[in-house]
Amino acid sequence: MRSAADRPGSALHCYTQIARAGFRRYSTYRQAMVAGLVTNVVFGLLRTGVLLAVFAQRPTVAGYDPAALATFVWLGQGLLAVVQLWGPPEFADRIRRGDVVIDLARPWNLHAALLAEEFGRAGYTVLTRFLPPLLIGALFFPFHAPHEPATYLWFALSMALAVATSFALRFLVNGLTFWLLDVRGVAALYGVSSGTFAGLTVPLSFFPHWAHLLLYATPFPVLMQDPIDVFIEHGSAAGILAQQVLWTLGTLAAGQLMLRRAMHKVVVQGG
Amino acid sequence: MADAVRDRQVSARDRIAAHGRMLHAQLRSQASYRLSFALECVGGVFAQGIELIVILALFSQVSSLGGFRVGEVLLMYGLAGISFGLADFAVGALDELPRYVRTGEFDVLLLRPLGSLPQVLTTEVAFRRLGRVLTALGTLGYVLSTVDIHWTIGRVLLVIVTPIAGAVIFSSIWVCAIALTFWVIDGRELANSLTYGGSTLTSYPITVFSTWLRRLLAFVVPAAFVAYYPALALTGHRDPLGAPAWLSWCGPVVAVLAAAVAAQVWKVAVRHYVGTGS
Repeated sequence: MRSAADRPGSALHCYTQIARAGFRRYSTYRQAMVAGLVTNVVFGLLRTGVLLAVFAQRPTVAGYDPAALATFVWLGQGLLAVVQLWGPPEFADRIRRGDVVIDLARPWNLHAALLAEEFGRAGYTVLTRFLPPLLIGALFFPFHAPHEPATYLWFALSMALAVATSFALRFLVNGLTFWLLDVRGVAALYGVSSGTFAGLTVPLSFFPHWAHLLLYATPFPVLMQDPIDVFIEHGSAAGILAQQVLWTLGTLAAGQLMLRRAMHKVVVQGG
Repeated sequence: MADAVRDRQVSARDRIAAHGRMLHAQLRSQASYRLSFALECVGGVFAQGIELIVILALFSQVSSLGGFRVGEVLLMYGLAGISFGLADFAVGALDELPRYVRTGEFDVLLLRPLGSLPQVLTTEVAFRRLGRVLTALGTLGYVLSTVDIHWTIGRVLLVIVTPIAGAVIFSSIWVCAIALTFWVIDGRELANSLTYGGSTLTSYPITVFSTWLRRLLAFVVPAAFVAYYPALALTGHRDPLGAPAWLSWCGPVVAVLAAAVAAQVWKVAVRHYVGTGS
């Protein structure tokens, strides 16, 4: 059976089609959009209130001024849907039920195919879920818009890397099902902590120095704090992007390795 | 209408006995899934703990938030956390209501000679949900032993009654939020943003929010009575917003009122559901 990888041109075509399909599939989930937007607004108001209260005594805290901090909150709410820190355990369910053998038997690389679909989904949510919270933040709260035009480009790149890394991490967590069969505990812990560790609830620079170092030794900041820092021009874009690229490649490589080991395991068990 | 007629025909003792038997069956089945229970309990401990981490991170940068010091905010966090954990335990099963309505199982509940709300609440008595209470209780214990509180009989009673009153307030908000799903398709995420948002919100002093939001939280959706006002009463901190001191002790009264409103909202919601010819 010839895999899509045998002919590079057709491989690109194959994965582009999958990305398009992902875009179309998620464009049908319209009801969830309104509910998600209300959630964004509720938590946006909540977090803005709490965070802006730190400026009662000083004009800047941990390198943030009110405009940067408010932008942090609303940009974070917008990014949340695009980066999708928490997704449905679809992949884990397919592994547990055994349906994954169909996916593995197809002439593609399953990891790459799921990544392509993820980019399709993210592309759609950029249009529908990313802009509204950002607009609310820009219109009703202090806002830090990028001063350099190039920042917009770096931000788009940063967001793409965040999407890829978030997918890679979720693939790794879901993929543990091949060995653990029930990953609900791991998934729950990841779900509960990923938001805060990625910089959704409070900027990572607020953490004490030792915690800050520890967090940056993980891929979590890549998911949200890094794109936000690029947008509000908090630190050098080149440095942040370089860090993101390293983590993205690393987590994707780990996913490929896991896939290979999983396929070997499935074959050995007579799957 | 159907609810009220059936309730009168079945004695209260029989109803309690029926619920009791269903609860016993659930406990037996939950006890057999011990690892799952332990993991989800730990998940609750962590979920509550994450907000604690956020508060500590904030106070590593500033010494006061909304005019309150770290001990006072942790007091609010602890009281709010216990209240929310207890409410989650008591009425968390409501989150499944949209699914019951969609699959028609809710119609089955309406046919039985028991109230629909008690039935939905007892479909899942999940002890794992008390994980949140553990974290909040631990924090509260630490705070009460370190923060300077001038203890009186009234304050001792207040610290015992507040989590219960808070749980009743949260439960009432939860019931009203879920009742929305009878009108709004796929309203579960919407309702969750109100209940889980409310949990986070009550961990902080309401002074950090803008005026209209504060008024909403104090007088419409009385979330401020879960932890903020009781904390003011316990520490003797005067309300920066100028509310009279006796208001801080009104938690239990507000809880009773909230429960009455929630019961009414539920009745209206079920009547609407039955009326649309399900």
